[in-house]
Amino acid sequence: MPKPAHLNFYIDPNRCIGCQACVQACTECDTHRGESMIHLEFVNRAQSVQTVPVVCMHCEQPTCAEVCPADAIKRTGDGVVQSALKPRCIACGNCVLACPFGVPEVNDERQIMMKCDMCYDRTSSGKKPMCATVCPSQALFFGTREQIDQLRPLSEPINRFQFGNQTISTRVFVMAPKQIARVQPHLDVTAAMDESPQSRAVLLKVVADPFEDVQI
Amino acid sequence: MATIPVDDLTITREFGPHLSRMSGASLSTATEPDRLVRTHCCFCGQQCGIQLKVKDNQVIGFEPWEEFPFNRGMLCPKGVKRYLQGSHPDRLLTALHRDSSAAGGFRQMPYEQAIAKVASEIARLQHAHGNSAIGLLGGASLTTEKTYLLGKFARVCLKTPYIDYNGRLCMVSAGAANRKAFGIDRTTNPWSDMIGTDVIWVAGSNVAECSPITTNYIWQARELGAKVIVQDPRITPIARTCDLFLPVKPGRDAALFAGVLNLMIERGWIDREFIDAHTVGFDAVAKYCSEWTLARTAEVTGVPSRSLLQAAEWWGTAKTSFLFHARGIEHHSNGVQNALGTINLVLASGRLGKPKSGYGTIVGQANGQGGREHGQKCDQLPGCRDIANPEHRKYIAGVWGIDESDMPGAGVDAYEMFRKIDAGEIKGLIAICFNPKVSLPDSHFIERCLDKLEFFVSIDFFLNDTARHADIVLPGSLQEEDEGLVTQVEGRVIKINKAVDCPGEARQDWIIIQDIAKALERPFGFTFGSPREIFEELRRASKGGVADYSGITYEKVESRMGVFWPCYSEDPQTGEAVDHPGTPRLFEAGSYNPVAKGAGPFYFPDGKARFNVADYRAPVDDACEEFPLFLTTGRVVSQFLSGTQTRRIGPLVDQYPEPRIEMHPRLAARLGIHDEDWTVVETRRGAMTLRAMVVTSIRPDTVFVPYHWPGEKSPNRLTVAAQDPISKIPQYKVCGCRVRKAEAAPEYSRILEPQQ
Repeated sequence: MPKPAHLNFYIDPNRCIGCQACVQACTECDTHRGESMIHLEFVNRAQSVQTVPVVCMHCEQPTCAEVCPADAIKRTGDGVVQSALKPRCIACGNCVLACPFGVPEVNDERQIMMKCDMCYDRTSSGKKPMCATVCPSQALFFGTREQIDQLRPLSEPINRFQFGNQTISTRVFVMAPKQIARVQPHLDVTAAMDESPQSRAVLLKVVADPFEDVQI
Repeated sequence: MATIPVDDLTITREFGPHLSRMSGASLSTATEPDRLVRTHCCFCGQQCGIQLKVKDNQVIGFEPWEEFPFNRGMLCPKGVKRYLQGSHPDRLLTALHRDSSAAGGFRQMPYEQAIAKVASEIARLQHAHGNSAIGLLGGASLTTEKTYLLGKFARVCLKTPYIDYNGRLCMVSAGAANRKAFGIDRTTNPWSDMIGTDVIWVAGSNVAECSPITTNYIWQARELGAKVIVQDPRITPIARTCDLFLPVKPGRDAALFAGVLNLMIERGWIDREFIDAHTVGFDAVAKYCSEWTLARTAEVTGVPSRSLLQAAEWWGTAKTSFLFHARGIEHHSNGVQNALGTINLVLASGRLGKPKSGYGTIVGQANGQGGREHGQKCDQLPGCRDIANPEHRKYIAGVWGIDESDMPGAGVDAYEMFRKIDAGEIKGLIAICFNPKVSLPDSHFIERCLDKLEFFVSIDFFLNDTARHADIVLPGSLQEEDEGLVTQVEGRVIKINKAVDCPGEARQDWIIIQDIAKALERPFGFTFGSPREIFEELRRASKGGVADYSGITYEKVESRMGVFWPCYSEDPQTGEAVDHPGTPRLFEAGSYNPVAKGAGPFYFPDGKARFNVADYRAPVDDACEEFPLFLTTGRVVSQFLSGTQTRRIGPLVDQYPEPRIEMHPRLAARLGIHDEDWTVVETRRGAMTLRAMVVTSIRPDTVFVPYHWPGEKSPNRLTVAAQDPISKIPQYKVCGCRVRKAEAAPEYSRILEPQQ
């Protein structure tokens, strides 16, 4: 059974509290028990408690699959980009280098690339992915477009990302503040890597330095 | 003398903490569980619903329980990995007795023999020194049935006044303030009431790390327009995106509340009509607050005037609101006053007892609410009754079938019990679900007191740090090995279900307590056959008390996924038997309660809430010339309390292995300290060395150390044993300290594993 078409994955990094419930829960999934496929990083812990969870974005035209010399990465009809096929993957790491989101990793011990498959064992049987089920702040959300529109009226789901000249469309959405989404229908990822980007969907600090007056 | 039998390191090598990891059935994807057991997490007061996967009498994993209304499947990392505490290599499978010739200092002994020894030692000490020579320490992670049984055991079997519990470190400031202001000690509304409110004020609560599920409620309210105010010396994850951050100097909370209320009064941002109709005591509070001018409040609290004004305006002019507080304002020698300060803000606004308006304290432990209601507190009898009240004594003596005159009076708080051990008044101690050697302040003193005990018995499932002093250790039960009720953060009574049997010779805690009573030849009242039988008696004991559980049954709790107390078996107004639905929301207009008898919604005879002057007092052992910085302590998301359980779960230890000292880069630069440097923090009680974590998310005059580790990694060797005069809660959240770069790495870093 495919993942139901009306259910989507939404990432809302502004809600992330860095608790790692998703990382811990990911290790419980049947397709990769014991290993987490989620990347959860502090953006810059010295400056902020902001963290960002990254799951596979499930690209419409997956770069990882396009660069795979062994044709080991398949995208199923429901839009889920599957983890590498065991008999085919040669653990060359091309996908690791090519993925614009930095998602796949080569498991050296098993000599295979592993990545998030949107909990295919769960989503293909009508359940929610483990990470989005447990996420206590619902920075990871799995549900319908109607639900997310109703729950997050201040944000807009975006699934187009600009990397230099390449635009990538994905099955996974990132929630961006509405005022940003209105003027910019895609997230310019390379521009956001500038020292002082014009706009970010992820805000490192929201309050101005509250401690500037504190004397020590 | 209850000294540790061999050195700490030798005990650690034998009894841990060692780490458990996924292996065998929990790692295999081919293993199908025999069944899923619907229950709740064993850790914090959120009490998330969870389904445990059980195979061959072992918990091998979990499955989210999306139907449970509070968390709808959501869990924090502790909940996700809680199943790894079962089948653990450190699990105590037999009774132990101290024997310095045994590996690790303890030798196994048959259970019956251990119980006999415990009973004979208790009898010996009580015969020689009187009944009060024995003390009992309980805990708020136990089910309500167990806490009830402990209270009864102390008063009926041991006949000692000396019982108290680890909620003394947790909920007592909030509880005392609630009783003084409302006459009842419970959060006012279910969390779902928060959605759609105008303003949420979070005072001293690291919600994202200590009560993670509450984050989603607060942020869902924000999505729908709520402004969020956070008051904290640290920019915690909930503070990062708040609308107004109040970076309060540690220990100045009462001043902040007084200053804000003064602004509200000056500008007419109060609900005069509500104050006149439903409260008493406002004028005295207004007079006190008038001393707190904006300039003085800003000066004392360290919060800029513009932020105080903004808080007063948003809070004062909101139509609906919620205020939450937790240990950040409660862990103070002024903790009750701090909590009363928040309540004054709520009462002046007139906003509670309504669907989108309420007030609550976020409980810390699993049964932080239920565990403080039914008699394991030193001055309390079941149903939140008062042990000094003749009528209350008479009623409970009747339920227990004893003569009222045989019931001891009020005891003393847990810390004071240690002072009595020090003074030689308490000579024997029974402890369960409490690890005071790690969790009480100025813990060198606690260690010395443990050493002085003539007899110490500890009931636990792992050999915790305090139990290392025990003469006898009895193997108790994990949460998943027993059933019973707990009351979570909202006041919702829920059911813990048994998933597996106790392994080896381990027993359910209520059986152990009753076995001791039997061996003492004092079995009267301790012949319950199940937790359900205990609860049936608790229903009768709580009946007519403020915390009335008489209408609650196991079946009602399970079929309704929780019941909010008070829940009556007889309608308090008519006296007729009812199938009462419970009370999700307190203080609703026109509501009837058995104390006010229709006079008003609050639990006083006149039905009115009380304003209390919430006096600011500077902290004890405040920052000074010699110790110029504030030391504050708290939790991290992947660990829980003294870490007896969570420091044994590998993936949780990996997430945050060892305590670090958080400090601002401006302070670090002045001290010549870089991120990761070994750093010494020192107070009047002692010093510890740990790695620095240099971050801009903390006040530059404050350092933070989490408290989940023992020994040289424990900041409670440094904290001050100052206590609130009313609640007796210790002042964990502030004391003066000084900080310097360490000359070398501490010895422990070469010897101990991170979790040890």
